[in-house]
Amino acid sequence: MSIRLEHLNYIYSPGTAYEKHALKDINLTIPHGEFVGIIGHTGSGKSTLIQHLNGLIRASSGKIYYNEEDIYQEGYHMKELRSQVGLVFQYPEHQLFEIDVMTDVCFGPKNQGLSDEECKERALEALRLVGLKEKYYSMSPFELSGGQKRRAAIAGVLAMKPKVLVLDEPTAGLDPKGRDDILEQIAYLHKQTDMTVILVSHSMEDIARFADRIIVMNHGEVMFNDEPKKVFAHFKELEKVGLAAPQVTYIMHDLKEHGLAVNTDVTTVEEAADEIMRILETRK
Amino acid sequence: MNMIQTEKLIFEYEKRDEEGSVIGTSRAIDQVDIDVKEGQFIAILGHNGSGKSTLAKHMNAILVPTEGTMWVDGRNTKDPEELWNVRQSAGMVFQNPDNQIIGTVVEEDVGFGPENLGVPTDEIWQRVEESLKAVGMISYRHHSPNKLSGGQKQRVAIAGVVAMEPKCIVLDEPTAMLDPAGRKEVLKTVKRLREKKNVTVILITHYMEEVIDADKIYVMDHGHVVMQGTPREIFSRVEELKGYRLDVPQAALLADELRKRGLSVPEGILRKEELVDYLCQLD
Repeated sequence: MSIRLEHLNYIYSPGTAYEKHALKDINLTIPHGEFVGIIGHTGSGKSTLIQHLNGLIRASSGKIYYNEEDIYQEGYHMKELRSQVGLVFQYPEHQLFEIDVMTDVCFGPKNQGLSDEECKERALEALRLVGLKEKYYSMSPFELSGGQKRRAAIAGVLAMKPKVLVLDEPTAGLDPKGRDDILEQIAYLHKQTDMTVILVSHSMEDIARFADRIIVMNHGEVMFNDEPKKVFAHFKELEKVGLAAPQVTYIMHDLKEHGLAVNTDVTTVEEAADEIMRILETRK
Repeated sequence: MNMIQTEKLIFEYEKRDEEGSVIGTSRAIDQVDIDVKEGQFIAILGHNGSGKSTLAKHMNAILVPTEGTMWVDGRNTKDPEELWNVRQSAGMVFQNPDNQIIGTVVEEDVGFGPENLGVPTDEIWQRVEESLKAVGMISYRHHSPNKLSGGQKQRVAIAGVVAMEPKCIVLDEPTAMLDPAGRKEVLKTVKRLREKKNVTVILITHYMEEVIDADKIYVMDHGHVVMQGTPREIFSRVEELKGYRLDVPQAALLADELRKRGLSVPEGILRKEELVDYLCQLD
């Protein structure tokens, strides 16, 4: 279920005073089963990009191939694409609306035409996957805490059994524990179901921890597209476009500048601790 | 004098059934005592649902205590006569800039606050210009706010509050939706306001890195203040913080990891410079 974008362009409000070239000649391939991180300053085109992936926005020019099929060809089953590429928007809890959590999570599969029983089965599985306890299933979604609401909303997308899960800043506004819980849950899902995960985030630390590959967007263009270590090695260029490297990467660079010969291509706290210990050992 | 002071503050939300009759209450804030001196930088941490935002909403009388008292700049927020004075003393900035911007042009949006305070027109323009400069958005003064990026919108929202010249600014997760540069800009803006105008700042956030410079940190859990102290005191209690669903800055986290690997890193390391200094003097 790979996704391939070829010479993709998108222009908002063309021909008006507000015309904006939001995506410029994007060429990307996302193979099946990958965990991809997308980073970029606000307004860099990340959200516009991901809304193309399930056909919510139609490109001004260029092509998108889902599983090697052109999604813009005549007669392409867009509804099927939308159930395969699940999109979790920013603040998805704002989209909860049903009388209880269970019914809300059933909404997606119901629209896919599944029977009540199948819907319920799917919903139960999804709710378990996001780690929401059973006592909440019959509660109004509005009685839940922020983190719980967000899980319920993500479950609503998972219940449709997407092959590709796209999440737009799923941890914004959550406390550190809630942040870790949701990301670990997503990483677990990714491992369990070999689902492709595309994660948009402003947290460099989170992206460094989970992504196999990072796509960096800048003013509507792809600036880098590489594994995390290689992308964060460009931290000076990243800073110029509103981004940064994870905090630990800076610590490693500082250590090196001060004469401790550590490898600087470290992006998580654990890696950093191991690397520092390794260097200290060799000095003894 | 204390800018913000509470005494045994209690706030209860009412739960209602479909007919609208009260079927119970839930206590969001329970016996909270805090005091914030003029010019201080105070941080409030706590997990989602711990009561931080409810407390913040008391600081400009969006909510008033069910029991106990909240004083803002010496004024009791329960006193209806003082409502507008309280709101002028303490300005609020919220998480989502889209919910705070009402003008169709940036400078009009920033001017909205002072206009409502009855500030003379000439002075409004002066304040608008100064506030937009203070947040680094002066070149966007004629733009439409809805075409700005999230970080830019948030700076406009801050400018709108600054233009009202409050003594105290309460920021409720102002950086939650921003990219790293946006976060940095907002924090730099806040720091500059403190230095130049001696504004008292109350910052609510989930980013531990942002509160390293605070004069004092309050940690909330289930409506109570459960920890208070300087950043160094608070962040050396790693396990306790994790119990409250919180975290520590990455330098402190790395120091902790090194300790687990047998290195005797001193307690209380917060900044990367401190950790680097320590590690480099080892040989």
